[in-house]
Amino acid sequence: MDGFERRVEDKPFTVAGRTFTSRLIVGTGKYADFAENAACAEAAGAEVVTVAVRRVNLTDPTQPMLVDHVSPERFTFLPNTAGCYTGEDAVRTLRLAREAGGWDLVKLEVLSDPKTLYPDVFETMRALEMLVKDGFQVMVYTTSDPVTAKRMEEAGAAAIMPLGAPIGSGLGLQNPLDIRLIVEQSEVPVVVDAGVGTASDAALAMELGCDAVLMNSAIAEAREPVRMAQAMKHAVVAGREAYLAGRMPRRMYADPSSPLAGLI
Amino acid sequence: MQITVNGEGRDVEAGLTVAGLLGVFGLPERKVAIERNREIVPKSTYADTALADGDKIEIVAFVGGG
Repeated sequence: MDGFERRVEDKPFTVAGRTFTSRLIVGTGKYADFAENAACAEAAGAEVVTVAVRRVNLTDPTQPMLVDHVSPERFTFLPNTAGCYTGEDAVRTLRLAREAGGWDLVKLEVLSDPKTLYPDVFETMRALEMLVKDGFQVMVYTTSDPVTAKRMEEAGAAAIMPLGAPIGSGLGLQNPLDIRLIVEQSEVPVVVDAGVGTASDAALAMELGCDAVLMNSAIAEAREPVRMAQAMKHAVVAGREAYLAGRMPRRMYADPSSPLAGLI
Repeated sequence: MQITVNGEGRDVEAGLTVAGLLGVFGLPERKVAIERNREIVPKSTYADTALADGDKIEIVAFVGGG
């Protein structure tokens, strides 16, 4: 489980043919205003931001929009299907997103119940198959069950995005073993999506060998969001470096670092 | 004629195009996507697509989300 026994290769984070330097994907929800949102995306060093698709407010259509502050030229927009509970709703939403943005890289999430926001993996799988057939590159939010993850990879997912804990819970990774098993079996990138609460959670995800981490609330709900965005940037880099470096073995008992020979 | 836009009924002039409808709201084409009776309307056809009585239109945009 520690990974120290084998050397790991430093592969770039490449999804659907697109290579990113940053391994931190950030959401754009829950911010006090667009300015803070943009400042946090910059501070996080993010290259990819998730966005939702919603009806335009027609009572005040001139009010500022997300794209006026978080530019699609500066960031790769990853449209999501948050709030969708059926495969059909998710596909409909992403077809609109593709028309709005003109790109086919999307984040699929099909939810089950509002209390846990756990993914409905059966509906998710149906939607995944429809989207793949329709030419989308689909990053899939799913449970951390390695069997489900494998099935989704086989169905053509561009990335597997297991949850670490419920969306917005900030509980940290409740399932390091499952995440590690998914990392070991996957040929496509693995991105922990949901559950990160603070920097050490993000570092742990990366130490387990994930290709990237996706978070929103952990930054947006921090007392100082921009500072937390910076912390997350460092945590993701540190976790990745630690994964590549290979941690020391765990021992039951102490092992002195200073030589025993030459003691006076 | 009567159409529904984002769930609300509206009276618009007969023959109004999708581009014309966006003009009514002052919405820039590049920031939105449009569905007409559950079918995507490609941006390239906004100027040529005339609306019909009873049409159900959805106008959406990207908003903040996780």
